[in-house]
Amino acid sequence: MCIVAVMSVGFALLGLLESGPRHGYDLKRSYDQRFGQGRTLHYGQVYSTLARLLKNGLVEVESEPGDGPDRKRYAITSAGVTDVATWLSQAERPEPYLQSTLYTKVVLALLTGRDAADVLDAQRAEHLRLMRELTRRKTGGDLADQLVCDYALFHLEADLRWLELTAARLDQLAGQVTGHAAGQVVGQVHP
Amino acid sequence: MVNSANDPLLAADDLHLSFGSTQALNSASLRVYAGEVLALMGPSGSGKSTLLHCLAGILTPDTGRVTYAGRDLSAMSDSERSALRRTEFGFVFQFGQLVPELTCLENVALPLRLAGVGRRQAQGAAAGWLARLEVADVAQKRPGQASGGQGQRVAVARALVSRPRVIFADEPTGALDSLNGERVMQLFIAAARDTGAAVVLVTHEPRVAAYSGREAVVRDGRVREQEYAL
Amino acid sequence: MSAPVAARARWGSELALGVRLSVAGGRSGWVRLAMISLGVGLGVAMLFLAATLPAVTAVRDARVTARTVDPQQSIPRAADTLLTSEIKSEFRGRAIYGQQLQPEGDRAPLPPGVSRRLAPGEMVVSPALGELLASGDGALLRDRWPARIVGTIGPAGLSGPQEYAVYLGTDRLTDTTGHRVRSFGKSWDDGGMSPLLVLLGVVGLVVLLLPVMIFVTTAVRFGGEARDRQLAALRLVGADAAMTRRIAAGETLAGALLGLAVGGLLYLAVGLLLSRFVPPGLSFYPSDFRPVPVLAVLVVVLVPVVAVLVTLSALRRVVVEPLGVVRRSGDRRRRLWWRLVLPVAGLALLYPMRNGLSGQSTGFEYQVMAGVAALLVGVALLLPWVVDAVVRRLGGGSVAWQLAVRRLQLDSGTAVRAVSGIAVSVAGAIALQGLLAAVEAQFSPETGRDTAQFQSDVMLRQPLDPSGSWVRALRSTPGVRAVGPTSSFRAAAAGAAPDADTTLTVGDCDVLRLFARLDSCADGDSFIVTAPGTAALRPGTYAVRERSLPATDPSAQSWTLPAAARTVPAHADPGLDAQSGLMATPGALAGLKRPLADDVYVGVDPSDPDALDRVRNAAAHLDPSVLVWPVDPRSIENALASIRQGLLAGATALLLLIGASMLVNVAEQLRERRRLLAVLVAFGTRRATLTGSVLYQMAIPVALGLGLAVLTGSGLAMVMQALASAPISADWFGIGATSAVAALVVLLTTAASLPLLWRLTRPGGLRSE
Repeated sequence: MCIVAVMSVGFALLGLLESGPRHGYDLKRSYDQRFGQGRTLHYGQVYSTLARLLKNGLVEVESEPGDGPDRKRYAITSAGVTDVATWLSQAERPEPYLQSTLYTKVVLALLTGRDAADVLDAQRAEHLRLMRELTRRKTGGDLADQLVCDYALFHLEADLRWLELTAARLDQLAGQVTGHAAGQVVGQVHP
Repeated sequence: MVNSANDPLLAADDLHLSFGSTQALNSASLRVYAGEVLALMGPSGSGKSTLLHCLAGILTPDTGRVTYAGRDLSAMSDSERSALRRTEFGFVFQFGQLVPELTCLENVALPLRLAGVGRRQAQGAAAGWLARLEVADVAQKRPGQASGGQGQRVAVARALVSRPRVIFADEPTGALDSLNGERVMQLFIAAARDTGAAVVLVTHEPRVAAYSGREAVVRDGRVREQEYAL
Repeated sequence: MSAPVAARARWGSELALGVRLSVAGGRSGWVRLAMISLGVGLGVAMLFLAATLPAVTAVRDARVTARTVDPQQSIPRAADTLLTSEIKSEFRGRAIYGQQLQPEGDRAPLPPGVSRRLAPGEMVVSPALGELLASGDGALLRDRWPARIVGTIGPAGLSGPQEYAVYLGTDRLTDTTGHRVRSFGKSWDDGGMSPLLVLLGVVGLVVLLLPVMIFVTTAVRFGGEARDRQLAALRLVGADAAMTRRIAAGETLAGALLGLAVGGLLYLAVGLLLSRFVPPGLSFYPSDFRPVPVLAVLVVVLVPVVAVLVTLSALRRVVVEPLGVVRRSGDRRRRLWWRLVLPVAGLALLYPMRNGLSGQSTGFEYQVMAGVAALLVGVALLLPWVVDAVVRRLGGGSVAWQLAVRRLQLDSGTAVRAVSGIAVSVAGAIALQGLLAAVEAQFSPETGRDTAQFQSDVMLRQPLDPSGSWVRALRSTPGVRAVGPTSSFRAAAAGAAPDADTTLTVGDCDVLRLFARLDSCADGDSFIVTAPGTAALRPGTYAVRERSLPATDPSAQSWTLPAAARTVPAHADPGLDAQSGLMATPGALAGLKRPLADDVYVGVDPSDPDALDRVRNAAAHLDPSVLVWPVDPRSIENALASIRQGLLAGATALLLLIGASMLVNVAEQLRERRRLLAVLVAFGTRRATLTGSVLYQMAIPVALGLGLAVLTGSGLAMVMQALASAPISADWFGIGATSAVAALVVLLTTAASLPLLWRLTRPGGLRSE
């Protein structure tokens, strides 16, 4: 399993259409091939997204002789092109991840007198397990695989670095958590 | 998959070691199985390098035992341990390990020459390993004329050339950028797998540790070892 | 314009920054500064000493000249004249200078350092001799001159404080036994020093001073690599290349100036030590011990200048970049042609003298000095090329050998700099040894005299009756085993040309054996003595007369050399070629008037060390000015041998000095490679391998340097021998001894570097991060 980058399926489909009109089935295949690392799209999701785009005037339908839904070819409108450009040029908002389950677990472990280091170690083992799997996939895969897995690996590494940092400061944290009311500590983290 | 039920190849039991008033190892125990890649992780100053040096017989712990293939390292003489390091172990360090006057080829041949192999034969084997690590082109250059990544690959080739059963790598990619580091690790681990050598990998980088099959965390001179899940 | 002023101010501040850096560089900075100033100090002290030598000898010579008696004066007796007779004595191997003084009027002159006139039976002595006479050791000597000590000789009359000197009042001198003088001091020119001795001195000076200069230039580079890294850090914060050079110059200047101070102190300490412990014959007054002012100023000015120039030229090879130091020397090949210029020039300077020094115009010594210096400096210049050329071709071998060879291939400069000092000093020492060996061969031919019976020759100034009581006195001196008086006549064969006369020596068989090889001898025998290159004399009638009389003197007696006289080969006379002539035992002279003795040969008990001094005492009672010589003069040889020993000692001291600087280099290099050493040990390198590589790394350049030095030195020795018109030969002892010492220094240096190597290869070495 792979953590897929959070992104809008709609913009992805629009972007794919920029190179030329396609059938819905082709679109799904292109999407899966490029972005589907571990999570492919359902046909239903493709068609519902396309319908939304059609409604907003970002794509249009070119009908071909014959019948059946698969004979519809979708093409991007100029408004759609503008939208893709705008989306690409907009910086993604960095996500602060302040509401971390892991942090909550550590504090609760300390508050309840359990070994917080165990919590961290367990999490590290789990993270590393996942990272090993990604590394194996990366080693066998093509460049696209490597880039996507690296993306995930760097994020996991960030988590692990936080774990290390926290582990090194557990004593300090324990002092604060047990020395003060829990709410105060949480309050400090969520100002 | 390595069978964890096997006897370990290298084992540390209850090691204590102090440098002056600093306690570097405090009841550290660890098992290394034949052919596995084990990552030693932990914050700076946690004692992971010290543990590596003890496992390799470079340092002798104050108390505790290190056994390699059933032999107690602390019962060996200094020259016996040196001979062991020459023939059974290989080493990769972060930097500054290549002899600057020797060519890369001669650097790689060095462990074989130290073990008494003739010059021609040693350099032949060395050339093969340089090619395996994709740095055949620097064979006749001195380390100073090679890039950092090339230098580390030369160092890896040198660690492998004597076909050791254990390779100790202390932050082998610590001085490299991610891309070079990744490539060195890939080539290193693949080559180690091929020769069946066990690798003890000290690193603080999780992405490097991800090349291991198993990790052990050193903290305050103590080891939390992850056992193989069956 | 204010720009130059501002520039100068900046220069000053950068130099000052360099000075400050050298002391503010933490522990390593201090160590570096200390090494530089100690090295420069040692060199400066030696240069000061060399500058002092001429001054000290000049002052000594002046005082000795001032007390000399000019024997060529011929002046009538007057109220201002003095009769003198030189006393050349010895006590336990140490020379005693003296004069007998017999004033002939109220205004007779006093020798320098003597403040009162001496009556017969009175004497003045030098403080050292006075001390000796007063001590238990001098008991034996007290008997030599039965006179009362009435004062001491002042410094003005002595060559040095340790000299033994005596002036003896007497009334027994006559016109023939004494020299009449009106004043002391030498007015004639004796032609200066023998050119051969000048040659020795000149070569010796060059040989000793060149390595000192090389040592100073090496010392200035101590710790240079650490300094370069410091400079790189300065570039990082904005210093430009020119600024770094000035800062480095300032730093060196600090070391050199400190070195001057250290050198000055060392020099004073050495002077103090020398004035006490120098051999008594060379003793000098502390006030004499000051350098020739011009030379001293030269040293004070030139040493810092040279130091700075060396630093700047060393920096020329190095590019100090903000992020590190790049050495340019690595792959640059050394060129040969300009390194050959100096040796060739040296040979060209020496070539005109190949036929010996005779007939050389004055000033030849400068030409020799320049030639020798050019040749020796040429060795220092040639060596880097030789090492480069040889090391590049080396290969194969063990790991230790490979490590050393590769290291030298990459950077032989550091090693060569230290070794070039060795090469120059060894080349010079071998040249000097060779010259000395040749001089020795020339000055002390084997006499072949048999010294089993007689060892001393008491040379009488006036012939005496051999049956007189003085012979009995000598014979009854404790320790004396044999006394053999000889007398000599001039003998002219009847009918031969008046000037073709020869010497007839008369003495016992035992004495005659001193002069020629006698197979058998009994009283009544006579002998014809032959020497190479002379015609043998024939038996027949001879006219014999006293030595001092002319051939036509009527007192001549007729003597027949019997036909039974055997022909025997002569031994060499000390200092002369073998002499031909006639010899006869007293029994063969029946009918002739008994001849007076002019030489007395004395044999002493070799196990009695005081016997010879008792003989001197007895001889002095006869006549204080009598000379007592050894029969077989080994003394010159001994003097030369001690010069050779001194030379070897000097070369050894130099080699040790150079060994010390090599040690510093190795230590610096090892420390720099601390991590690499730890890694090498980690993967199982034996310490023996590392030790071997250190040894090879020093031994290879030293061996090459020695090879070149032996070649040049032997060549130079042969040139010197030609110059001295001595037989040309190689001095294998000198070569062997100096090479052995050099090898020993390499081994010692390696051994001395081992503790550091051990320490650096301890397991903790990997933990430096």
